[in-house]
Amino acid sequence: MVDVLRANFKCKPYIVFLLVSITALGGCVSGSAPQSGSAADPSGNANSTSVLVAVNRISWGVNSSTMQHVAKLGLPQYINEQLSASRALPTAIGQQIAAMSISQQPLINIVQDMEQRRKDADAVKDDDAKKTAQQAYQAEMNRLAREAATRTLLRATYSPNQLQEQMVWFWMNHFSVHQGKSNNRAMIGDFEESAIRPHALGKFRDLLAATVFHPAMIRYLDNEQNAANRINENYAREIMELHTMGVGGGYTQHDVQDLARILTGVGVNLGTVMPTVKKELVPQYLRTGLFEFNPNRHDYGNKIFLGEALTGRGLAEVNEAIERLSRHPATARYVSKKLAMFFVSDVPPAELIERMAASFTGTDGDIAATLRTLFNSAEFSASLGKKFKAPLHYVVSAVRLAYDDKPILNAGPMLNWLNRMGQPMFGRQTPDGYPLGEAAWASPGQMTTRFEIAKAIGSGSAGLFKTDGPQPIEKPAFPQLANALYFGQLQQTLSASTRNTLEQAGSAQEWNMLLMSSPEMMYR
Amino acid sequence: MNRREMLRTSLTAMSALAMPSVSGRLFAAPATSNRLLVVFLRGGYDAANLLIPISSKYYYETRPNIAVPVPGSEANTALMLNADWGLHPTLRESILPLYANGQAAFIPFAGTDDLSRSHFETQDGIELGQPINQGRNYQSGFLNRLAATLTGKGAISFTDQLPVVMQGSVQVANTALRSVAKPAVDARQSALIAAMYRGTLLDQRVSEGFSIRDEVMRELTNEMDAASRSAISAKGFELEARRIAKLMKDKHNIGFVDVGGWDTHVGQGGATGYLAGRFDELGRGLNGFSQEMGSEWRNTVVVVVSEFGRTFRENGNRGTDHGHGTVYWVLGGGIRGNQIAGEQIKLEQKTLFQNRDYPVLNEYRAVFGGLFARMFGLNDAQIEQIFTGVKSRDLGLI
Repeated sequence: MVDVLRANFKCKPYIVFLLVSITALGGCVSGSAPQSGSAADPSGNANSTSVLVAVNRISWGVNSSTMQHVAKLGLPQYINEQLSASRALPTAIGQQIAAMSISQQPLINIVQDMEQRRKDADAVKDDDAKKTAQQAYQAEMNRLAREAATRTLLRATYSPNQLQEQMVWFWMNHFSVHQGKSNNRAMIGDFEESAIRPHALGKFRDLLAATVFHPAMIRYLDNEQNAANRINENYAREIMELHTMGVGGGYTQHDVQDLARILTGVGVNLGTVMPTVKKELVPQYLRTGLFEFNPNRHDYGNKIFLGEALTGRGLAEVNEAIERLSRHPATARYVSKKLAMFFVSDVPPAELIERMAASFTGTDGDIAATLRTLFNSAEFSASLGKKFKAPLHYVVSAVRLAYDDKPILNAGPMLNWLNRMGQPMFGRQTPDGYPLGEAAWASPGQMTTRFEIAKAIGSGSAGLFKTDGPQPIEKPAFPQLANALYFGQLQQTLSASTRNTLEQAGSAQEWNMLLMSSPEMMYR
Repeated sequence: MNRREMLRTSLTAMSALAMPSVSGRLFAAPATSNRLLVVFLRGGYDAANLLIPISSKYYYETRPNIAVPVPGSEANTALMLNADWGLHPTLRESILPLYANGQAAFIPFAGTDDLSRSHFETQDGIELGQPINQGRNYQSGFLNRLAATLTGKGAISFTDQLPVVMQGSVQVANTALRSVAKPAVDARQSALIAAMYRGTLLDQRVSEGFSIRDEVMRELTNEMDAASRSAISAKGFELEARRIAKLMKDKHNIGFVDVGGWDTHVGQGGATGYLAGRFDELGRGLNGFSQEMGSEWRNTVVVVVSEFGRTFRENGNRGTDHGHGTVYWVLGGGIRGNQIAGEQIKLEQKTLFQNRDYPVLNEYRAVFGGLFARMFGLNDAQIEQIFTGVKSRDLGLI
């Protein structure tokens, strides 16, 4: 791994301290990397460029209003503000979200209603009528999932708490749940809202526990099938491999098997009826919302987990396992490494990971504290402008740049672009989440697709400002890319070749398309 | 003597002379005109229900709900291949005819020595094809190393992303063919974009992307015209596989595609059901590919692999969990099919690996090394470049 790491750096890492004085950031001497950070021009604008590239990384992408806000605050204060995530959503966006049915109904009502619809549809005798009812059920499921995806995109694009929104996506991807399994389309919004979002910058232990007890995760990784003497080790394995310690973190096949035994009885109950439970175990039965712990299905034998005995006693075993996993040094390193892969580079420097892991451990798994160590590092400053954008970063940054704080009326085109680029919202089928590195997104075929999307974004409002439905509302809109931010700051970050090409544009649309296609737009 | 028999006879004669690349010799084409398509079944498919160990009592004892019945007169029973092995009945129309014609073979007990039983770890490991338990170089997949060794018409991946197996020093193009649309970025705009990337790290990828896009458009124009006249056409993986054939027939000699949906922990079914449906789609696709390759099918080898097999016993949910050894498929117009190849053992409780899985008796790098040596006429030193420290094994399939 070390060799790969060295090979990946095309230039010597600069020792630049973001929060002290900055003269030049990032740029590779070889000249082959994107130039966004390297335009330290003689007029003394280096500082504003360095702030620009830092904000571009901390947020989903720079836009005019964010840069004005940062200019008032200064970068260090902006980072503090982002780590505390204390600002309110713009009113118009808040209203769009408040109008969604997923905002108005608690999860249990949504799911029980959908369950009833499904059963009603299945009970219809006439074949045609049954088909119609089943299609209506599927359409409603799709609508619920789309509401959730729209909410995520609206917040990513417009929330002033940009870092929080990045972390929500990061953790949704870390604890990835595929919406296509079972009835997860009805639950995915709540998974984000109640399991991930409250803890996105909080304590890792709380975050992990919230995912373990959420019905979407339990269903996705088959734990509702996991019972004493009918062990299904799927979820147990993924918790250790993907959510906490990572492959090579030091756990064994025995740990997987005993964690699976610990998790027996952790399940989901969509109905209103309590299952039959042995009389002496009834006090152990727990039902919270859709979550259910069924002691009848639990393996009460003693276990050995991560080298220590764990007394069989019911649901308390799960909490003890979560404690052990959250506090394990391998978890501190694995989580720190993934954060650094997201915010610094595909192969993050080992020293940085160690310092982050120390912060993680020293603060009992505090995510904001771990990120503060990252943002204050020389490695972070040196990496700015060199991280290839995954499709979601590309799409959200483009819409933010093109429309600033003007609220879109339809996220459908953005969802469609993400589908075309292979990163559909909540659409990762496997529990490992989407890859964080360039290799997964910058292949020849993907670049071609990205230019197609660039053309769609650059050519006009692209459907973003037209509501769905029989009587759609449409607002006039055009991507405003040649704006004050561009001429004041962005232009200086472009290479000569990009600027020359932009001059050959035959129309405003084509100029937009070329800017959206430029190498500089592909990196953050 | 039919063509297959002639091929076999010549093969035998040639192996005595240590002549590589059977079909290459036979049809007087250079070795690199041979084509390889690797199909990766992601998720660890349940190989024991594909190639059914019909002589194993233990199989039927431990799979009370999901076993495929022994060959019989009824429709949903295994298709007898030999005394020990049967084929899943859903492949009766697609793969069985190829097998009978000597154009398909299976290698049971194939796989990797990786024991993580993790999909991702094992897939990556297989795609890299590097020595196990050493540091991994993620910039070097084994098909890319094969492409580097050959100086043929080049490798291509029929995937949205460039998979690990194709990462490496050779620039490999990729294009997913599940759905294809006419591009909006025109020729002039493409040239302007390419100009912006000249001299950057993405330069080659951008120009390769435009060039493969144009090639796909040329190759698939007829199909798209036909489709627009509402002609009945193939769907799903069959459509994709036929398109792959159109591209490989012409220009590319190493191809890769992956197919998902094999991680059957719950309710996988037996002779019918979920997994049977996946086999059906896959079988139709591979058969369609063989047809679409036309006269080039005789120079083509398809290898179907997966990261691991699944538990020999069914689990508590009428599914199976992550296992170890699996079954590879080898198909091709010029191969010595109609056989179950490689080292084998009788399947009973005591022969299971860790009392749960198929053992690995045919290590995948040795198997691929053996195939590559025959297909492309590579010597030991060249195989060493692809699979370091592995002694390749010729299973007599080519």
